[in-house]
Amino acid sequence: MQLRRIIPWIMLAVLLVLPPVLPRYYLYLLASIFVIALLATSLNFILGFGGLLQLHHAVFFGVGAYTFSILLLKTPLPFVVAVVAGPVAAAFTALLIGWFCVRSRGLYFGMLTLALGQLVWAVIFRWSALTGGDDGLHGIPVPEVFNSLKTAYYVTLTVLTVCLAVLYLILKSPFGLTLMATRDNPVRSESVGINIRRHRLAAFVIAGFFAGIAGVLFVLVEKSVSPSLLSWSKSAEIMIMCLLGGLTTFYGPALGAGIIVFLSMKVGTYTEYWLLVLGIILLVLVLVLPQGILGFLAEKYSGRGGDKGGWGKDASG
Amino acid sequence: MLQVKQVAKAFSGFQAIAKADLTVPKGQVVAVIGPNGAGKSTLFNLITGHLRPDKGHILFKGEEIGGLSAHDICRKGVARSFQLINIFPRLNTFENVQVAVLARYRKTNKLFTPARKLVVEETNDVLHKLGLIPYRERLCNSLSYGDQKVLELAIALGSQPEILLLDEPTAGMSPEETRTIVKLIKNLAQNEGLTILLTEHDMDLVFDVAERLMVLHQGQTIAEGSPEEVRRDKAVQNAYLGETG
Repeated sequence: MQLRRIIPWIMLAVLLVLPPVLPRYYLYLLASIFVIALLATSLNFILGFGGLLQLHHAVFFGVGAYTFSILLLKTPLPFVVAVVAGPVAAAFTALLIGWFCVRSRGLYFGMLTLALGQLVWAVIFRWSALTGGDDGLHGIPVPEVFNSLKTAYYVTLTVLTVCLAVLYLILKSPFGLTLMATRDNPVRSESVGINIRRHRLAAFVIAGFFAGIAGVLFVLVEKSVSPSLLSWSKSAEIMIMCLLGGLTTFYGPALGAGIIVFLSMKVGTYTEYWLLVLGIILLVLVLVLPQGILGFLAEKYSGRGGDKGGWGKDASG
Repeated sequence: MLQVKQVAKAFSGFQAIAKADLTVPKGQVVAVIGPNGAGKSTLFNLITGHLRPDKGHILFKGEEIGGLSAHDICRKGVARSFQLINIFPRLNTFENVQVAVLARYRKTNKLFTPARKLVVEETNDVLHKLGLIPYRERLCNSLSYGDQKVLELAIALGSQPEILLLDEPTAGMSPEETRTIVKLIKNLAQNEGLTILLTEHDMDLVFDVAERLMVLHQGQTIAEGSPEEVRRDKAVQNAYLGETG
């Protein structure tokens, strides 16, 4: 399908020429969407393509954001070091958490990600001296260029584009193919000689790394961090984005992020009951569109992409 | 090539394998036969590392492999097919086999080379050998049952094993599909010199392809030898072949 190939490029072109004509509010809104789109796509890398029930992916987002912020705020280290340290710290956290999680499967895997993730949250929440505790950290001294919304917009868009390209390449590589094989059939994967624990751990770390990049981007846009970044509800929100867009599609989570972030900001100006709206979206989604928006379209317009059984079928892997 | 010595395995009190012995000489086709529940599949799972033996030894080329993980055993040259269809349903036929070939060449960790450019020839070779080339791009959910069974075999061959374990390769197949599989097995044994260990219910097939038999009854090896010897064996006649023997 030729059209499907060019749609992302058209999107990118439109987003590149938009800033001069957009009000500031929408620049900010879109930059926020780019950040969360990267986060959701990194989650889907292991959730949709790896078949791993990662219930607390926001942890790596938070670790990336906090590491970056703390280094800028409390150490004289140069900006570039802090930028690199964010994702690296997130990947390292993913390595530690993943090392335990890949030993179990299915729901037990999910419960472990949740439990260990909450541990990280608790540390950040309690360690007030370093992290500011409940209040978080504000006024992160990012270089002055980022004070312009336009810069923040272009930087987040560029990083998002590059990261998506890299993740796409990885999914098309032998590593990605093998990852999907372990998702589809762990037992068979083992018997063709794949070390599934190691492979899953590697995928877990890669996903954590990209979530860490999203964390750094978040600070560049917001210039502040708070424990809510890695709260469990944040993790649930990005999981809903993946479901909404389509777990088996590459661009689905980014689309889901766009819809959810847009709605949460719009609805938030009219009512306090955003979670109610989110609940209704989730309900409709599960009942009407279990394969997500892009999954539904893929199924309708081509043989592949959507899958009849839905993702849950293999979740016990 | 493969030796199973006094192996035992129990599942929470149930002795699935009590005392199994088996010798698979290089280049031969060996069949494990026995009634339902005799422990044939359990024995296979022990050899391929999906289960750990409680007791006994499993030697492959003289090296102990009992208790190793499934992927390690596969890398040593032991590949298997499964009794029930066990493929990668959301990958296409080519990719199903390619995964095994990639694993064989230790290329599953490559992150940035497009997979479609790697081990294409080796994968096509296997597909060609088994007549699956026409279905190359088909999502393997959409293949017929018989073709999925052949694909099952193709994935195992993708690992380029020295010994191939086939767990009921013709279970549920039509007579015509069965003939295809038998031809493939014979071809692999004679032309490729592959060592094959199989379990099968179809006695005609067993006596047709196997050069050596092992009879498993209630988890115990009760006879081992050439098809003629086994056919004449009193214990086997009582336990299994019954009046047909």
